[in-house]
Amino acid sequence: MTLLIEFAIALLKVLVIVFGFVMALGSLMTLTERKYSAFMQKRWGPIRAEVLGFRFGGLLHLVADGVKMILKEDFIPSGANRNIHTIAPAMGLFTAMVIFAIIPFADAWCTGLALPVEGMDLCFGFDDAEALQSAQPAAVATFAPTHPYFQIADLNAGLLYMFAITGIGVYGTALGGWASNSKYSLLGGLRASAQMISYEVSMGLSLAGLLMVYGTLDVNEMVREQGALLWGTVPMWGILVQPFAFFLFLTASIAESKRAPFDMPEAESELVAGYFTEYSAMKFGIFSLSEFVMVVFIGAICATLFFGGWQVPWLYADGFHFSGDSMLAAASGGAWTAGELQSYVQASTPDIALPYGLVVFLRIGCFLTKIILMIALQLQIRWTLPRFRYDQIMFLGWKILLPASLINLFITALAILLLR
Amino acid sequence: MVDTNHDMDTAGIHTAPMLLNMGPSHPAMHGTVRMVLTLDGETVIKCDAEIGYLHRGFEKECEHSTWTQVFPYTDRLNYVSPLLNNFGFALAVEKLLEIEATPRCNYIRTIMGEVARLSDHLTCMGAGSLELGGFSGFLYAIEARELVWDLIEEVTGARLTVSYGRIGGLKNDLTADFAERWKVVRERVLRIWEDINRLLTKNRIFLDRMEGTGVISQADAISYGLTGPMLRSTGVDYDIRKDKPYFAYGELDFDVPVGTRGDNYDRYLVRLEEIRQSIRIIDQALLKLPDGPVNCDDPRVVLPEKERVYNSIEGMINHFKLVFEGIQVPAGEIYSYTEGGNGELGYYIVSNGTGKPWKVSIRSPSFYNMCPISKFVEGGMVADIIPTFDTINMIGGEIDR
Amino acid sequence: MGAAVLVEYIPLMVLFALALAVVLAIVFVTPLVGPKKYSEEKMDAFECGSDPIGQARSRFSVKFYLIAITFIVFDVEAVFVIPWAVIFQDLGWYGFGVMSFFLAILTLGLVYEWKSGGLEWD
Repeated sequence: MTLLIEFAIALLKVLVIVFGFVMALGSLMTLTERKYSAFMQKRWGPIRAEVLGFRFGGLLHLVADGVKMILKEDFIPSGANRNIHTIAPAMGLFTAMVIFAIIPFADAWCTGLALPVEGMDLCFGFDDAEALQSAQPAAVATFAPTHPYFQIADLNAGLLYMFAITGIGVYGTALGGWASNSKYSLLGGLRASAQMISYEVSMGLSLAGLLMVYGTLDVNEMVREQGALLWGTVPMWGILVQPFAFFLFLTASIAESKRAPFDMPEAESELVAGYFTEYSAMKFGIFSLSEFVMVVFIGAICATLFFGGWQVPWLYADGFHFSGDSMLAAASGGAWTAGELQSYVQASTPDIALPYGLVVFLRIGCFLTKIILMIALQLQIRWTLPRFRYDQIMFLGWKILLPASLINLFITALAILLLR
Repeated sequence: MVDTNHDMDTAGIHTAPMLLNMGPSHPAMHGTVRMVLTLDGETVIKCDAEIGYLHRGFEKECEHSTWTQVFPYTDRLNYVSPLLNNFGFALAVEKLLEIEATPRCNYIRTIMGEVARLSDHLTCMGAGSLELGGFSGFLYAIEARELVWDLIEEVTGARLTVSYGRIGGLKNDLTADFAERWKVVRERVLRIWEDINRLLTKNRIFLDRMEGTGVISQADAISYGLTGPMLRSTGVDYDIRKDKPYFAYGELDFDVPVGTRGDNYDRYLVRLEEIRQSIRIIDQALLKLPDGPVNCDDPRVVLPEKERVYNSIEGMINHFKLVFEGIQVPAGEIYSYTEGGNGELGYYIVSNGTGKPWKVSIRSPSFYNMCPISKFVEGGMVADIIPTFDTINMIGGEIDR
Repeated sequence: MGAAVLVEYIPLMVLFALALAVVLAIVFVTPLVGPKKYSEEKMDAFECGSDPIGQARSRFSVKFYLIAITFIVFDVEAVFVIPWAVIFQDLGWYGFGVMSFFLAILTLGLVYEWKSGGLEWD
């Protein structure tokens, strides 16, 4: 029975997060990208598609594009390997979809009473504040279970899962390029595989510093720790503790997503369309869709790891706390008594008190805003910079990013040991 | 020379070179040129360029048209700066006819020629940015080009196929408000110039792609007959406008920017600076623009006033003869050259004394600039072909005639 | 315990199944919708309108094996570094020293490869 409920919840989460949000945002990206570039280049972008005279600011192009993709002829060149040619785009989109499993859109739902302790919300085993008031002051406070309703899978090896899935991502591209039996596709596929595996190394190593600071691979846990206040005032976001790593990671992940300035695999002025030269109809659409979904993912993971994820600055389970003093102090004996909690609830109310439901809502909204800002940053980069050359990408990956992330790792380790 | 049989058995693994057709139907090849590349990995070990995909038999067509009817054909040479082609041809025929254009005509030709040069250089720089993946830079440059083309349209009545030149004069005078319109266009073009400059010139990626690629030495550039920005980027300050002044260039003050290394970046910088020099030339020429007629008063070449055509038999016959039989150019031959958008644009024309050319041969700068293409790209990477091909600024209409 | 751990992976299973179903549906079903018009020319591999010279699947030099080997070396390094980084605060100076030694060897490897031209791509 409980298993069935778990399945139902899982299904709901997957449908809402991946299909309701990620895929929707990914498809919206096709329009956003054109609109954003139009904005940068003093153009209108797509505005013409209309239904009954309504244009919805170009939103209908989204539908028109999808319908067009489906209705186009899907052909496979005669020399191509039919099976691999068909599977390759599916692999790309599959990895782009499943990688979202680790992104927490809000903290795990607390079934009891959530109170902030030194910048981290803890879920105490009381139904609400009233239940706490009626409890015996001497009783030791217990913890209530939390449910990760806003994250598909709360894996304790979350980041490793991300590395694993991005590692698979290269297959779709490389196989698609090889299976087409076209020289341009082959060159694109080879460039893609070399580039993607090269940047995977720096991607992993650039995050090692963060892992040291937070001491966990669990993504939600990392976000929770970013709520801690540095010097009692500033939220300890990843960008503050690891500013250097952010730039390394952003560079490496844009390179992983094969977008300009790292769009060597599809460099349209050199390789026509690179690895998807021989693709048409929806398979072509899938390649660009998975690229856009990866953009959303990079936005989400950068926001999660470096910009506090779902954290709203100074917002904790019971409202805004602008300094660490107004929060519950660490327990003296490893656990709190109900009395300690009672005096906290009575005395030091937060600067602005908010109900728990509203807090969760604000957090989700804040996270989505951060994702959108990170996507805008990527689009800004995409439409500003020219393209690298193949050997320059390799140079950047192996001779700059890799040593830089090793140095970052070393300095972080030293700093942690000296400062603790 | 690149050794095409070089050892491909690196580390004992046998690999074969790949033969790749780049073009004609390729985004960077303008649909007009084909390169057969022999690749070892990403390295180009051999490059065979094949031109002729836009051949229209234009030089032959000229022999069947009157001298004036050649102008529309010249529009389609370097179709980004057709005005320069018009004026170059007019100058050649005028030399053969031994007539002089009026001072006002010379100034207008100078002004409009430089306007066309702006369009040419802006297109080249914009396309360069686009082909390196910087789409924004392209559209900025195109915006400036649109402004320039609007100006051209205002004066000539057409944006691309202007046919504005005439033997012994021009189709019409500048519009009355040209100077005011130019002032507006000038400011906006300069602002866009500044934008492009800030977007690209010191951009690390752009520098990496452009510096040290497509290098040609000064001696090679001269022996290949390169002209224009290609030659000037190697440090030779040869500019026909300066060295053999024609039109009003002799009376105007401008600098000839030169490069030092002869690579793509220098060619880009030369063009960037030439845009500013062109603006300078137009500014001065507009100040000095003399009054007077636009067309010379030689009835052998210039159509009579419409009033005379309709009201007098002499005028009508004059008009009839000029239109149907063409301008009678004395027998002889001449090579006349001007500074086109990409270099020396020469017209070698032969007349047998009739109203039609006996032979029109064009020394198009693109053709000569394209000649060392294999020298440029062999030994480099596939990706280097793109910026090199752009800074050569090969115009299909000019290379195949 | 075992079941509790597995429960965490239920959503992942659901996600995998659904994602797989969706992508396979797209690649196998949508081709049925569009028109099918066969022509010899269209079926050719794209090569800018010219007839392809030679095979696309000949032995092509990409120096790829070198990249692949370098990748394996450094990705294995990442495999060691990541668990170490997670428990770094518990290990303290001892962990720092050991890992510095390990990283120093690998950095030497990187320097060696750099010097011997293994990182040159042209």
